[in-house]
Amino acid sequence: MIVSDEEARVVITHDGDVVTARQLGRDMAKQTGFYGSDLTLIATAISEIARNIVSYAQRGEIVFNALEEGQRRGLLVVARDEGPGIPNIELAMRDGFSTGKSLGLGLPGARRLMDEFEIESEIGKGTTVIMRKWVR
Amino acid sequence: MPVPILKQGNTLIVSVQAALTDRDLIDLKNDLAEKVGQFRSRGVIIDVSLLDVMDSFATRTLRGIAQTTKLRGAETVIVGIQPDVAFAMVQLGLALEGVATALDLDEGMELLAARLEKGDDRVG
Repeated sequence: MIVSDEEARVVITHDGDVVTARQLGRDMAKQTGFYGSDLTLIATAISEIARNIVSYAQRGEIVFNALEEGQRRGLLVVARDEGPGIPNIELAMRDGFSTGKSLGLGLPGARRLMDEFEIESEIGKGTTVIMRKWVR
Repeated sequence: MPVPILKQGNTLIVSVQAALTDRDLIDLKNDLAEKVGQFRSRGVIIDVSLLDVMDSFATRTLRGIAQTTKLRGAETVIVGIQPDVAFAMVQLGLALEGVATALDLDEGMELLAARLEKGDDRVG
């Protein structure tokens, strides 16, 4: 898998950055070759993980890269924060689980909208969410 | 950026923009609850056709707006959810349960008129 050098980055510190992140992500997805409803699916997934940063970590960043693997092209979205971390990832990935600030659909929802989804979290260190989607 | 609220007869009409932040949505909820009382409105139409994304926060807040205005005596109709946005909402597992929706502003006005008429009959 080749990750392109061309990358876009958004620092997330407040709710306005959630909008910036999803708009930039949509633009990157379009440049990568995505079209139609996939653009909205990607923008929505970005919106969910960006909001998680604002709600739980206050500060973080999202980085976008175009991907190439043989013939197929895709988009890599990496969201990082140095927030409190997620105590129980399995629970956080369950539909409807929330510590009270949301519907509890953020992470599991984002996973459904993308093709690949990985999450790493360490208490007191922060959380990293890695998502990929491939052009169909 | 505050969301403008237009008054037309007994209805309040809101058209949200693409770059709607969480703060804007929360402010809108408070503004609407107040204006429904101020203008003695019976209906609220929220046009989301320009909205590029309806994520879990937006959905939850819109549902909250509909419930709040209902308690203040006005019916809310959400209009203009775009096809791609609807598709993403379904994938995300979101539903606007208990909230009236319509295709566009015209259909929303019609739905509201029908509902208000029905409500008035019941009262009368």
